[in-house]
Amino acid sequence: MNRFDYVRAGSVAEAVAAAAEPGAVYLAAGTNLLDLMKGSIARPGRLVDVTHLPGLDRIEHLPGGGVRIGALVRNSDLAYDPDFAKSHPAVAEALLSGASAQLRNAATVAGNLLQRTRCPYFYDPASACNKRDPGAGCDARGGETRLHAVLGWSEHCIATHPSDFCVPLVSLDAVVEVEGTSGAREVPLDALHRLPEDRPDRETVLEPGDLIVALRLPAEAAGFAGHSRYLKVRDRTSYAFAVVSASASLRLEGGRIGEARLALGGVALKPWRARAAEAALTGAEPTERSFARAAEAALAEARPSGDNAYKIELARRLIVRTLTLAADGTPERMPALPASAFSGDALHA
Amino acid sequence: MTFRLTLTVNGEPRAIELDDPRVTLLDLLRERLGLTGSKKGCDRGQCGACTVLVAGRRVNSCLALAVSLDGADILTIEGLARGDALHPVQSAFIEHDGFQCGFCTPGQIMSAVGLIREGQAGDDPERIREGMSGNLCRCGAYIGITQAVLDAQARMAGATQGDAA
Repeated sequence: MNRFDYVRAGSVAEAVAAAAEPGAVYLAAGTNLLDLMKGSIARPGRLVDVTHLPGLDRIEHLPGGGVRIGALVRNSDLAYDPDFAKSHPAVAEALLSGASAQLRNAATVAGNLLQRTRCPYFYDPASACNKRDPGAGCDARGGETRLHAVLGWSEHCIATHPSDFCVPLVSLDAVVEVEGTSGAREVPLDALHRLPEDRPDRETVLEPGDLIVALRLPAEAAGFAGHSRYLKVRDRTSYAFAVVSASASLRLEGGRIGEARLALGGVALKPWRARAAEAALTGAEPTERSFARAAEAALAEARPSGDNAYKIELARRLIVRTLTLAADGTPERMPALPASAFSGDALHA
Repeated sequence: MTFRLTLTVNGEPRAIELDDPRVTLLDLLRERLGLTGSKKGCDRGQCGACTVLVAGRRVNSCLALAVSLDGADILTIEGLARGDALHPVQSAFIEHDGFQCGFCTPGQIMSAVGLIREGQAGDDPERIREGMSGNLCRCGAYIGITQAVLDAQARMAGATQGDAA
């Protein structure tokens, strides 16, 4: 780990000023940042500790509906908040399917949004990576690409965004509240992360000094509470990143789909909102045929970035499965294995 | 530059001076406070051997900067027993053979204590296995670990009811 200056911010304004300097980054729980620093992938000159800032650890239910989640709310506190889990069950399920209990107890909401890709070439200082070193090339191209992107990738970067949390959030029109050197502004979550294009080093639209202070979900998001699921296919049942994941939320009206929300994880460098699929589902009957049509629409633009064509078919099948379970209704209780397509002791036999 | 912080470690207030902000909570405990029960396995948050409770919640001490935790209340494996009286989770691990080599055991036990406090798993083995997935055991003592957590959870729930009555 490189040497760095440590600054403990006493206010948001102080934090923004300290972090606007070149080489400065914010420190919240540090569960991703310290890992990157130990591997010399991140070498910040200054850490601006925001964990002691007051007032950023609250979950507020807003007057007109909607929820405002402070940037420092811990992942597990949000997932286990009874009101939040009831009104946003797919978000809670996605949170509980990510990382381990220890990490969820520490990691913050804003940290989850800003976590870096887990592409093994990004994590290996001996490999060329345009994200770490712009213009260096991408050793993932032609390498081990089983887990890499099938949507929105470029010749310069085929990494994926690793968050589970972001997948239902983006489908539910979450908005990020940002404080920066030129004041406060809002960024729709769908516009926060950039696709790689020719500058994969620019991961988000945030500018130096920008601090996420809260995440907001609009009132409409809770309207899907009765028919929402998040499913995640992974290499092992727990404590693994998604190979492919899907978040499906439906509003059913008189035997038809009044409104649908669908997003995918593990397929692109950002949480992937499937708007064409949502449009295909609106007004349709909640049948396997409708779901298969939506799955086709969601993956219409997909193409393998290497040895990962299987992910396209896997994503289609997962979409059908997730929509089917969402249409059946949100389970009364959080499943024992959150976001798992499997359940029961037979798994361990 | 010297960083001064105050921590409560196993119930005891500790005034700490750090000459380097890079010290993790795990390294502080092991290298500077002589509490070597918390283990350094992967040092990257993947194995859970370093698990301790911070403000009553289980976390990976290898992925937390000590300087950031100023004011925190830390409980490590060394602070769990009351003199010679083992914590129910410690007793249950012995009774159910919840370990073989023992390296992961302090982390497993602290994680189990945290899991029981969280109150989400109850007596469901599937929820216990899921809740303990952040602790790896290379000896593969998972069956005994799950039994130990189930048993400890039941004993502690019984004790709480007894206290209330």
